[in-house]
Amino acid sequence: MRESTLTIGQLTLRLCGVVVAMFAFGFALVPIYDVMCQAFGINGKTSASAYQGAAEVDASREVKVQFVATNAADMVWGFEPVAAQLTVSPGSVQEMRFIAHNPTDKPMTAQAIPSVSPSKAAAYFHKTECFCFTQQVLQPGERIEMPVRFIVDRDLPADVHRLTLGYTLFDITARKPPVPVAGR
Amino acid sequence: MFRRSVLTGLLLLCASLSAQAEWAVNMRPGVTEVSQNVFDLHMIIFWICVVIGVVVFGVMFFSMLVHRRSTGQQPAHFHESTTVEILWTLVPLIILVLMAIPATKTLIDIYDASEADLDIQITGYQWKWQYKYLGEDVEFFSNLSTPAAQIANKDEKGEHYLLEVDEPLVIPAGKKVRFLITSADVIHAWWVPDLAVKKDAIPGFINESWTKVDKPGIYRGQCAELCGKDHGFMPVVVEVKSQEDYAAWLDEKKQAAIALRELTSKEWSMEELMARGEKAYQGNCAACHQPTGEGMPPLFPALKGSPIATGAIEGHLDIVFNGKPGTSMAAYGKQLSEVDIAAIITYERNAWGNAVGDMLTPQDVVKFKQAQE
Amino acid sequence: MSAVIDHTAHAGHDHHHGPAKGLMRWVLTTNHKDIGSMYLWFSFIMFLVGGSMAMVIRAELFQPGMQIVEPEFFNQMTTMHGLIMVFGAVMPAFVGLANWMIPLMIGAPDMALPRMNNFSFWLLPAAFGILLSTLFTEAGGPNFGWTFYAPLSTTYAPESVTFFIFGVHLMGVSSIMGAINVVATILNLRAPGMTLMKMPLFVWTWLITAFLLIAVMPVLAGCVTMMLMDIHFGTSFFSAAGGGDPVLFQHVFWFFGHPEVYIMILPAFGAVSAIIPAFARKPLFGYTSMVYATASIAFLSFIVWAHHMFTVGIPLTGELFFMYATMLIAVPTGVKVFNWVSTMWRGSMTFEAPMLFAVAFVILFTIGGFSGLMLAIAPADFQYHDTYFVVAHFHYVLVPGAIFGIFASAYFWLPKWTGHMYDEVLAKTHFWMSFIGMNLAFFPMHFVGLAGMPRRIPDYNLQFADFNMISSIGAFTFGASQLLFLFIVIKCIRGGKPAPAKPWDGAEGLEWSVPSPAPYHTFSTPPEVK
Repeated sequence: MRESTLTIGQLTLRLCGVVVAMFAFGFALVPIYDVMCQAFGINGKTSASAYQGAAEVDASREVKVQFVATNAADMVWGFEPVAAQLTVSPGSVQEMRFIAHNPTDKPMTAQAIPSVSPSKAAAYFHKTECFCFTQQVLQPGERIEMPVRFIVDRDLPADVHRLTLGYTLFDITARKPPVPVAGR
Repeated sequence: MFRRSVLTGLLLLCASLSAQAEWAVNMRPGVTEVSQNVFDLHMIIFWICVVIGVVVFGVMFFSMLVHRRSTGQQPAHFHESTTVEILWTLVPLIILVLMAIPATKTLIDIYDASEADLDIQITGYQWKWQYKYLGEDVEFFSNLSTPAAQIANKDEKGEHYLLEVDEPLVIPAGKKVRFLITSADVIHAWWVPDLAVKKDAIPGFINESWTKVDKPGIYRGQCAELCGKDHGFMPVVVEVKSQEDYAAWLDEKKQAAIALRELTSKEWSMEELMARGEKAYQGNCAACHQPTGEGMPPLFPALKGSPIATGAIEGHLDIVFNGKPGTSMAAYGKQLSEVDIAAIITYERNAWGNAVGDMLTPQDVVKFKQAQE
Repeated sequence: MSAVIDHTAHAGHDHHHGPAKGLMRWVLTTNHKDIGSMYLWFSFIMFLVGGSMAMVIRAELFQPGMQIVEPEFFNQMTTMHGLIMVFGAVMPAFVGLANWMIPLMIGAPDMALPRMNNFSFWLLPAAFGILLSTLFTEAGGPNFGWTFYAPLSTTYAPESVTFFIFGVHLMGVSSIMGAINVVATILNLRAPGMTLMKMPLFVWTWLITAFLLIAVMPVLAGCVTMMLMDIHFGTSFFSAAGGGDPVLFQHVFWFFGHPEVYIMILPAFGAVSAIIPAFARKPLFGYTSMVYATASIAFLSFIVWAHHMFTVGIPLTGELFFMYATMLIAVPTGVKVFNWVSTMWRGSMTFEAPMLFAVAFVILFTIGGFSGLMLAIAPADFQYHDTYFVVAHFHYVLVPGAIFGIFASAYFWLPKWTGHMYDEVLAKTHFWMSFIGMNLAFFPMHFVGLAGMPRRIPDYNLQFADFNMISSIGAFTFGASQLLFLFIVIKCIRGGKPAPAKPWDGAEGLEWSVPSPAPYHTFSTPPEVK
């Protein structure tokens, strides 16, 4: 380490600069983490926006895709996939529908959060359309079918034979109050 | 004198305790290949540490005994030796590489993603586990079954104190079982030492782990991640059954669902509902609202004399069924059967001096459910 | 410190003014010795407060079953015990030692930023006043563990979490200011001839610690700020419901948390590196390699954080990377231990209290290092993680590491601070009680942890009962022996055999060239270092 030629004032100022930079770095960890997650599929995270690419179908291989629906603890909606499992060929566009039902007498807003397991497969799971890209508002007693379209990448590691797409449904009515629908 | 008698007392106490429990001092080898590998790895690293420790501390103690001023030692003045310093950097490095090899091998085995025979979704709740057999239409909650009186030191504690549940997770022996682990509220961790499976249950995310147990038996563990008040009271119990027994159990489980439907339609008397309600209340509600119904205000309100438990029965049903958003009160409509909901509400309205006198039948709950749909 | 007050009598003979009189002396002081003393007293008070909480924990765990407290309050105790010991006891104690000793060791008249020094101290009582006040709120204080994992500490936290966040901000600001002060003092106020590679190791380790603090305390501040925003301003950094990620919290926290662990141990390394040569009457074996080892540990501390999170579901490559990086820490740590042992080798040792604590430090810290190495092995960590084995591990590195390091330093420099020798017999009693109590308290925790007892639980299965009882007895012994320490320090301040300028014949360094007790102002004219 070289001898300091700065005055105490200059040195203090620079160190304060480091402090501010590190505080900002703390926040910068958020986007850095998101990029890392999507690049390496940490935590089974998938992209939060629609996949644009297209791929050739690899008909020689079959992968099972399992669907799981979970409610957060205070969420009262009915929420389940129409089928528990699909067998797909990598590269093909597939669709699965989830049924959501608001049994209460109040309009509610929900957000579904997707997660793919095993996490190393997450980066190879592309959603071209998903109800999780937006929030769902259901009127009292309303029941809807929500589609997710996806492609399993042809480059999915060979040792993965089955992957699980799980959604957790959260009640976010308090945060995003549903806009009353005109005419109801 | 006083101190001696205290000490003797403590020793006696220790001795009496040892009579009931063995002095477990090491990790359990467990019952799976993975757990055995982990145990071996643990022992290898442990013995390496012991050997290094003996050498380093041996030199140190020798020095402390011999190189002291009281024995007339004159201090030497040597310092800095590049050879020695390079040596004591390289040797540990080599030992570390030797340790890393088996560790890496075991880790790769644990991350094996090959096809499983059975998939079970495990969801952590404050403070219980839910098990869902995917594709089998079987799901249930697993609650602590140790009676509150044992925890409060009023009753003798059993052998499996705090490690027992009302309904264990049942898996078949000799089959690869995959666990999909998630949480509905805070972070929990599902841990069974004998299987060497410990995975965090994280809300919004699915974690994966697996096991293959050859030996039927009951294996016990606990939640390993601080998850709030009753973190110490949400054990994990896994019962491994032979494949025939497992098939029979699964069948029985499905039959039980049918039987429950019959129970739902049967005519219930007040006494029957109160009896079932007390049991269901202790298992599902007493952790927060307390066995006495007095709760733990302000977090967990009292039910004894509460406006909800003594007010209109519809309001009472609504809060049990749909929960109260923003509080710890979960929506039990999805977690409990119609029978249990009816029994619990009837119990809450007529216990601890609450004397509303009315009752709710499972059929009422079914109607309420249908009205919501 | 009252010895310093006694010294005011001589102020007239001196052309410097002595300390002001009365309470305002302490409120407004900018003197590094006054501030150092206040830091040390504050940290000792916090040590007793955090220790009492540990006594509550151990009393509840004395036997299976719930006896003394409710689980809710138990969680508040474990949380507050951790927070107070880390931020209130260990860190301020080292800042206090830095304040007292760094100027004396490098021949500086005072710290570089004396007014900021005063402010950074007085933030601490405010911060901990706020933190402790939460225990008296209706819903209780923080109950989510000192690691405050979201969402338990956000969505599911008691209302007092906002006070907790504010308290953490204040103590963070205090630590950062303290660290800036240390860096500025070391880099700018060294006596002529005191090159960096001539600095005592305590100064070196503190310089590195200060850089660690400047690098990671702001990250902690950012982390709690994000929590604050999640709780009050509707953001979703850590809430899955809004597209955030609870695991992100753990990454941010441990990015701070792992360097923090070294912040709590590096200054102790420095102090022990001064004490062992003094009592072995032989120079430190490898000064240069000690400096490099410290720097390597500091560097490695930034790339190992995820070893605290092996069970959250990191991909295989991530686990492997963090496992290897963590194992690497054993190398520089080994270099340090080997250095201390070779310094002792063929010395002419005596075992006064500072040396006893320093030797116990080396042995017990090494044991903590071994369990650390075991914890680094990811597949085995699946069994150790969040059990009492981890509790045993970090208490073995923190109690004999940080705390024994502080005791060793205190006994080593007490003659310099007070002008009196402490009572050696009592000090040795304090050592042996602490040593036995500490081992009795924490060694059995290895066993219960391996046998399967999770940490942070208020009640346990009968198979863990025997060892828990032993642990509790050890903890009570350890706790009680700290009252003896208080007595020894007060006794030493009030009187005792007068200490010469250099009470330890093997000690080296500028601090021994000034009289004991150190005058209120020292090195107004910088000494010449050859």
